[in-house]
Amino acid sequence: MKILVAIKRVADPNVKVRLRSDGSGLDLAAVKMTMNPFDEIAVEEAVRLREAGIASEVVVVSVGPEKATETLRTALAMGADRGLLVRTEATTEPLAVAKALSAVAGEEQPALILLGKQAVDDDCNQTGQMLAAKLGWPQATFASQLTVNGDRATVIREVDGGSQTLALALPAIVTADLRLNEPRYASLPNIMKAKKKPLEERQPSDYGLVIEERLEVVRLEEPPTRAAGIKVKSVAELVERLKTEAGVLA
Amino acid sequence: MSVLVLAEHGNAQLDEATARAVSAALCLGNDIHVLVAGKGCHDVALAAASLDGVSKVLVAEGESLANQLAEPLADLIVAQSGGYDAIVAASTSTGKNVMPRVAALLDVMQISDVIAIDGPDLFRRPIYAGSIVQTVRSKDPKRVLTIRASAFRPVGQGEAKPIETVEVAPSSSLSTFVANAVAVSERPDLTSARIVVSGGRGMGSADNFETVLAPLADTLGAALGASRAAVDAGYVSNDLQVGQTGKIVAPDLYIACGISGAIQHLAGMKDSKVIVAINKDAEAPIFQVADYGLVADLFEAVPELKGTLASAT
Repeated sequence: MKILVAIKRVADPNVKVRLRSDGSGLDLAAVKMTMNPFDEIAVEEAVRLREAGIASEVVVVSVGPEKATETLRTALAMGADRGLLVRTEATTEPLAVAKALSAVAGEEQPALILLGKQAVDDDCNQTGQMLAAKLGWPQATFASQLTVNGDRATVIREVDGGSQTLALALPAIVTADLRLNEPRYASLPNIMKAKKKPLEERQPSDYGLVIEERLEVVRLEEPPTRAAGIKVKSVAELVERLKTEAGVLA
Repeated sequence: MSVLVLAEHGNAQLDEATARAVSAALCLGNDIHVLVAGKGCHDVALAAASLDGVSKVLVAEGESLANQLAEPLADLIVAQSGGYDAIVAASTSTGKNVMPRVAALLDVMQISDVIAIDGPDLFRRPIYAGSIVQTVRSKDPKRVLTIRASAFRPVGQGEAKPIETVEVAPSSSLSTFVANAVAVSERPDLTSARIVVSGGRGMGSADNFETVLAPLADTLGAALGASRAAVDAGYVSNDLQVGQTGKIVAPDLYIACGISGAIQHLAGMKDSKVIVAINKDAEAPIFQVADYGLVADLFEAVPELKGTLASAT
């Protein structure tokens, strides 16, 4: 069984992204880039399925700029077998990415496609669901547990108020939530090994695709920051102020 | 402009998120239809029909819709979508699951987690964990949106509007429902609670959540929340997570205990009316957004706060 994992290169989530001082866009020039954290979880899950003998090959794919090859190398160092970059310097909206991934899936014929549930840059939370629609496959989003058994997968999903268990006929799409696993750090020998693993680069036009934008960004702004309030000295003062000043306690 | 709103419900009861999604839909047009898809959801349809601003309710019932599975629900919404300029759902786990599938089937780029509507094709939404707000103009002929419920005031109740039944086409069962494990809690729902008491890594253990934090929440009639760090550490289940990738809340009062205040957490609670932070680290970033900060050991301050409030009532 082949597993395809889609990953995205994003700004390090530990860095607070700001606007350029002239307001012309995001100031990402000096920001460290990394693999989207939820995609790391997806890669880890795929690698574990191969280590357990359930998957035979793990292919990682990214739709993005040339620099995303670094991100693909990281996934290869974690244990993926082969990488594919569908290279574009354009803004990658989820709909366009889903179309590109759908074309890749048509060639690769995986039994399972894993993605992170959400990229922490645009916070869209769409690509997996859109890819499932384009392929006409079943989907299980926000997975906290995945079990593959023959041509079926059982997924426990994080939902409002608890969890939901679904059974899916493969091929299927699963998007990873936080508790699916804890991704490994790539060891130095594996980082060295990853440099020799195959990494192919393709153009969207190879699939007959144009990466187009449907949303025009007309403005970017930093939301008003909340001013820090006051420090209270005691619990008694806190309660008093919440009652009289803030009026949120009866 | 006519707008189709997907009702959020559990077959028995209409969720308040629906009244908020209707409120957002009214920013787009005045012909608002609500789609109630489920099984045995007649009461939900009645409740939806009495929401202010709604002109009609469509009810679709069937076994395949009983658990809001993405595949049959998306097929149904697409089948109904013909006459509408926009399709709106709240950013609940159901809305986030099904709406992108709908958008892709319609070849539309969805606009996720909208916090403000500035025109028929102009939407504001947070990116980078709320560090930046972008305004986007949709070039698609039809709009598919999920809206952040806490950013829109719920519409009120009005006179009952007509309810129509719609046919459900047989759907290929791509996925099948196995089970739900719903956390049973006497506490109010996190996303609609007036007061939220949240704990972070500083809580130290799952036990402390139950024995130190929960009594304070119960004294206040508050919902219990948590930071991602507390979920990561296994102190509480993920459905209590407040933040960028968890729930977005905006209660009247948010009490953060032992939470350092990473931007990912702030993204989920910074629109609360009043924020209280209790943390022993005076330098914790949470104090930069807190209206009232108390630098103290939470294991002393939280029981004392609980005691003071309990004796006052």
